[in-house]
Amino acid sequence: MTTDTTTKSAAPGATPGEAVLDARGVTMRFGGLTAVRNVDLTVNSGEIVGLIGPNGAGKTTFFNCLTGLYIPTEGEVRYKGTVLPSQSFKVTAAGVARTFQNIRLFSNMTVLENVLVGRHTRTKEGLWSALLRGPGFKKAEKESEERAMELLEFIGLAAKRDHLARNLPYGEQRKLEIARALASEPGLLLLDEPTAGMNPQETRATEELVFAIRDMGIAVLVIEHDMRFIFNLCDRVAVLVQGEKLVEGDSATVQGDERVVAAYLGEPYEDAPGQAEVTEVEAAEAQADAAPRKETDR
Amino acid sequence: MTTQTDTALTPAGEPTGSTTGLVGIPPHIGRGLATGGGILTIASTFLAWTWTDAFPGDLTFYGYPGGLQILVLIGGLLTTLFGLSSYGVKGLRWLTPAGADSAIKLSALAAFATAWYTVVAIAAELGGLANLEPGGWVAAVATLAALLGALSLPFQRPAPEPHDPDDTGWEQFRHKARHTGSVIKAAFASGTTKAPARKLPAYAEILIIIAALSLGLIVFTYGIGTEYDEQFIGFLITAGFGFAAAAKAGLVNRVSALTAKHRNITMIGAFVAAAAFPFTQSDDQYATIGVYILIFATVALGLNIVVGLAGLLDLGYVAFLGVGAYTAAMVSGSPSSPFDIHLPFWGAALLGAAVAMVFGVIIGAPTLRLRGDYLAIVTLGFGEIFRITVLNMDGTSGPDITNGSNGISSIPNLNILGFDFGQEHTIAGFTIARFANYFLLMLLITLIVVVVFRRSGDSRIGRAWVAIREDETAALAMGINGFRVKLIAFALGAALAGLAGSVQAHVTYTVTPEQYQFAHVVPPNSAFLLAAVVLGGMGTISGPLVGAALLYLIPAKLQFLGDYQLLAFGLALVLLMRFRPEGLIPNRRRQLEFHEEAEAPTVLSKAGA
Repeated sequence: MTTDTTTKSAAPGATPGEAVLDARGVTMRFGGLTAVRNVDLTVNSGEIVGLIGPNGAGKTTFFNCLTGLYIPTEGEVRYKGTVLPSQSFKVTAAGVARTFQNIRLFSNMTVLENVLVGRHTRTKEGLWSALLRGPGFKKAEKESEERAMELLEFIGLAAKRDHLARNLPYGEQRKLEIARALASEPGLLLLDEPTAGMNPQETRATEELVFAIRDMGIAVLVIEHDMRFIFNLCDRVAVLVQGEKLVEGDSATVQGDERVVAAYLGEPYEDAPGQAEVTEVEAAEAQADAAPRKETDR
Repeated sequence: MTTQTDTALTPAGEPTGSTTGLVGIPPHIGRGLATGGGILTIASTFLAWTWTDAFPGDLTFYGYPGGLQILVLIGGLLTTLFGLSSYGVKGLRWLTPAGADSAIKLSALAAFATAWYTVVAIAAELGGLANLEPGGWVAAVATLAALLGALSLPFQRPAPEPHDPDDTGWEQFRHKARHTGSVIKAAFASGTTKAPARKLPAYAEILIIIAALSLGLIVFTYGIGTEYDEQFIGFLITAGFGFAAAAKAGLVNRVSALTAKHRNITMIGAFVAAAAFPFTQSDDQYATIGVYILIFATVALGLNIVVGLAGLLDLGYVAFLGVGAYTAAMVSGSPSSPFDIHLPFWGAALLGAAVAMVFGVIIGAPTLRLRGDYLAIVTLGFGEIFRITVLNMDGTSGPDITNGSNGISSIPNLNILGFDFGQEHTIAGFTIARFANYFLLMLLITLIVVVVFRRSGDSRIGRAWVAIREDETAALAMGINGFRVKLIAFALGAALAGLAGSVQAHVTYTVTPEQYQFAHVVPPNSAFLLAAVVLGGMGTISGPLVGAALLYLIPAKLQFLGDYQLLAFGLALVLLMRFRPEGLIPNRRRQLEFHEEAEAPTVLSKAGA
């Protein structure tokens, strides 16, 4: 099952083994609650790393710490050796792109415009050049469009460039979100449940897409519930349970670990925190999720 | 008056999904009746409608139509043309690319409503139907016949939804009302475009655009030049239904497809048409209205960058207009200005824009970190702070800078390169007076704002604005510095308003704090500006221009509304939001947003964005 991944792991253009993302001792507290506790995680270039865990394990909280949406209470996150800034747009500019668990496309923009927005950090044209429309502006716009069209070809949506994002079918919206993230030319791509709600064929296609992205020299970190997908895809898998990293290793190690099985099947293991705490963590996460969203809802 | 049609409009026990008309006349007779009624309507407008010239517009002449008769004539003409086109008369078929029937209905309605409004107005104002001459009766009968004929034209009836037998009487009534509503909607629904547009040579397309723009200029000039309430109401009726008829016939779509194809030519043409407006006027009376509309429209367009593109609800926008106006007034050499400076116009305009921009940044920097409602509240507060501060800087409550409620008066006229804006000038035989001069100057400012809007909207920064409006969190995750981008939108909007303000100060001679309130009966004020944007269509260029023109003209022309003006305005806005939330001239994007289920195309062409 995993042969597939190991044969492909030598990605062209990337030197394997060099750490792209290095999270050390990341702890996130909401008030008195610790949603993520002392998690270390490294993602090396040319690697696909999976992050799994039961609901409320703190996966998305950890993700948000990586992307600057939350500032970790303790610990630090380094991208290619430099500490990541604490604002999400700066994180993207630094080279970490992400997708969202619940699709957050710009639904009333066209497919092409969505990808062009992803190009924002890699272009510099400001208001004045837009108003004056010099040759530099036209050249930059043309290049952006060419690059965006390449990405749309890559995910197979080139023919739908002028469709509104909202009118795409679900699977294509997911793909478009990935293309939009890729447009920012990241060194690391964070995928938050990329196959949620997909049928097996679409999941398979997404798998291929992620391999293709890795082959472009982009390291990938995936959060997912779908075990088969994760174990197929990832070179390494980390398991997060109740905010702590339980185990990390290749698919076989993780699948064989009885604590993981226990965590998923609900059997108590040594030092397991009580159920009450799990629900507490969930509630805190939901609150923290809801807070920034409420502001955008206007 | 409309009882006849009303009874006909409520069908009872219709077979489902049938194609019959609203009125039980056989369709071929109905079509003849509509066309014939149209012709008779035209004829009737050449007769006298009343015996005395006490009714405004003097409808007593045989031989040529006057006043409201011209509007009825247009309605009749449209009915006849669409009617003949529906018969397939050679040379007229191009009029109805999307089917003629609903266009006939609406144009017949235009003629009917205008004619009957006139007849009723004559009877009411002169005291009785006895004041009608035969011509009036002929017009009433002819338009009624045309309307009945038009309404008998068949259409695809929607099948009624089955109703729940347990419904109470009120629910059943609502159910029936809803069905009746959908039947009426279907009766006026446009047909599908039969043939794709014939390929025309480029010059012909440009000629069509020019014709459409000239028509627009004529309609606008007529509307501005209406002399009495009745004529303006008749104008609104005819123009509204006439435009709807043209839209249903598919003409509007054709023209907008052409304008989208030749955007630059359309823009230049539109500005030439607008610049031609003062030359169509014999005196300065309507150029005054024109220049005020233009100021209002330009500021609304600037607000559209902030509200329509970046999605920032700014309720104090008029304050930036005030900042620009006060700045320009203070450096204009006015005797009541505390500074003894007289800058040339370009200096004053740039200074006005720059100062407004500085204020925009000062207001924006702390508040743009807020989202949604908070921003609206803060900007609302800023608008009032500006006004009250200006009011207080009169030398007693504060430093003597703005002269308080007296404002800065006697602002001298502009003089650009020896061209004195206060004087009459004769250009190519046309006399251009003061307000017409300013109209042309203001048009230049409008052009600048339009270009800024278009260019900034269609660029990296414009896409970032829309992305922020759509989903701020996702936009941040795409690397957009939300605060910076919003601040640019805010400051740009403020600068454009300041630019418009620097001209406004010279047009109005005096700037006072009262001109820059949140809500006031005279536009521009913040509430009206926002209304113009929303009414016209957010995120479009033509939307705020049309919205501002309507919002200025309607209160200015309908004096009798008086104190009820704001009430009527509020009602109209509520109705509009209920039935056409995307505004009069919708952005294609917005239209898709609000009418997901409708037949709107799923593909958004670049031109439509």
